[in-house]
Amino acid sequence: MNIHYFKYKLLAFVCVGIALSAFQSANYSEEKSTLTYQSKKDSVQTPANFGFGRKATQAEIDRLDIDVRPDGKGLPAGSGIVLKGKAIFETKCVACHGVGGIGGINGSLVTNKNPLDKKKEKTIGNYWPYATTVFDYVRRAMPFNAPGSLTNEEVYHLTAYLLNANEIIDDKTVINAQTLPKIVMPAQKLFVPDDRKGGPEIK
Amino acid sequence: MEKLIEITQQFPKKISRRTLLGGAATAAVAIVQSAQGKTIQKGIAENSIEDPTKQIGTLAGEIGTRSPFVKSVKKPSDISSRSPLQDFYGMITPSDLHFERHHAGVPAIDPTKHELLIHGMVDKPLIFKLADLKRFPSVSRIAFLECSGNFRTGKEEMTPQEVCGLTSQSEWTGVKLSTLFREVGIQPKATWFLAEGGDAAVMTRSIPLQKGWDDAIIAYAQNGEAIRPEQGYPFRLFLPGWEGNTSVKWLRRLEISDAPFYTREETSKYTEPIKDGKFRIFSFDIDARSIITFPSFPQQVEKGWIEIRGLAWSGRGKVQKVEVSTDAGKSWHLAQLNEPILDKAHVHFRYLWQWRGEETEILSRVTDETGYTQPTLKQLFEARGSEGGYHMNPITAWQIKKDGKVLFKPESFR
Repeated sequence: MNIHYFKYKLLAFVCVGIALSAFQSANYSEEKSTLTYQSKKDSVQTPANFGFGRKATQAEIDRLDIDVRPDGKGLPAGSGIVLKGKAIFETKCVACHGVGGIGGINGSLVTNKNPLDKKKEKTIGNYWPYATTVFDYVRRAMPFNAPGSLTNEEVYHLTAYLLNANEIIDDKTVINAQTLPKIVMPAQKLFVPDDRKGGPEIK
Repeated sequence: MEKLIEITQQFPKKISRRTLLGGAATAAVAIVQSAQGKTIQKGIAENSIEDPTKQIGTLAGEIGTRSPFVKSVKKPSDISSRSPLQDFYGMITPSDLHFERHHAGVPAIDPTKHELLIHGMVDKPLIFKLADLKRFPSVSRIAFLECSGNFRTGKEEMTPQEVCGLTSQSEWTGVKLSTLFREVGIQPKATWFLAEGGDAAVMTRSIPLQKGWDDAIIAYAQNGEAIRPEQGYPFRLFLPGWEGNTSVKWLRRLEISDAPFYTREETSKYTEPIKDGKFRIFSFDIDARSIITFPSFPQQVEKGWIEIRGLAWSGRGKVQKVEVSTDAGKSWHLAQLNEPILDKAHVHFRYLWQWRGEETEILSRVTDETGYTQPTLKQLFEARGSEGGYHMNPITAWQIKKDGKVLFKPESFR
């Protein structure tokens, strides 16, 4: 034990004393204001606009705006045919989705009409309500190992092939921004909006 | 080991690096430089910790650690990773144990390059970077996030993590989407918006515009720190109470529209069978659910007092009550709910039970503030004509065997 130790000890006592008296006075003022006041609004005044961020140019929007709606909004120029789509499928898709789009390791895309097939997989033919979704999804996310690598033309070809393989279009139909939204998918009528609303009923 | 040397130099000279690291008094944890150059605390080989009061412990570090005695990990598959619900004590999921579900891996995103574009039926299309979003008034709320495909069954040897590990809870902080809506000026005829991720799946979901006005958040923080890459760094959409897939991660674009887009994830996926061969679409709300997380498989219980514990939640509001049965559903008793009970949030519940060694089943069921009570699997089967698909929230039973072994109870009504 040396003199420094006692110095520290003394300092510690002084500190505790100050802290205690501070605590007591804090307690006192807290008692006086047990009702705490909190602004319901974010601040005294919330501006109509903050002005943060920057204006998007049309070029910036066009670069990202790749979605396609069932009414055809968003479909690009170009067209596709079944035969060319089949060739692309057999190079870029068959490994995951199987020969003819049936039985692949990452799911069938084409309905298996073989009555002996018990798997009853959900496919484009029996489950997808809109044909435009095929174009949208293939373009944004496929092939899985090279997403976004297909040209619009290639996506149109593949869309034509997948619809034909599912017996939705014949092998002469050309798929483009005008024809694709007109196709009525077999499963469209099967979908109903969610009617769960809480409450006692189990739905 | 650079960091370790640096820290030991702060000690008086008589405490050498050797004292800290070597001999019988080996510390259990040391601060080291990892291969990536990060300073980490790392367990170092030790035979036993003889008496922690007789040796100086680990110095303060840059990042916290789990005790080397604690093994709490997610359970990954190719497409998801499940939260270890059985390891959780309170209502918050540690960020690194939050479940993961993604459709083309976790993207590596530089926040200085990543942008959020809001366009479509707006007066003023705008682009925001992370730094821009952080300037807006912020909001924080604690809420659960559950994948709607979160029910597995089939065998007795299943943990809560395996049965329903695709739910987690965090405090999410960000900017209200309504704030951004005002900034861009939503046109009166708009009814939906598309949310698009910046991952390799460029994943998209259509969301009713009203949800954006109600309580949607663009979240850039989780449990007080920057949102983790697995959860959408630098920011994600967060829709309280809605199926997890709609809370699009790595958000890069919102397109305001007057119709839904019928994307692949809301047609081919995330739709579920109901009666008459129909399929439910745009089923957003997570129905109320609870699960006992203790005791559960593979735990072994002893005769005497057992505090049954678990989690309960509802995507429609607050949990009103949780009931526990210790006699296979013949009688039900109110469980204690640990405060706070928050809107659209996991609640931690507990129920004290004296087990006398009889073979039985323990179950929990939650009722939310709308009056909805968690159904049995049989009730779900009868209501939907199916016991598969999304939005399955059945009562989960655990079998207690005479020897104290706890097993999941798989059921089927097909």
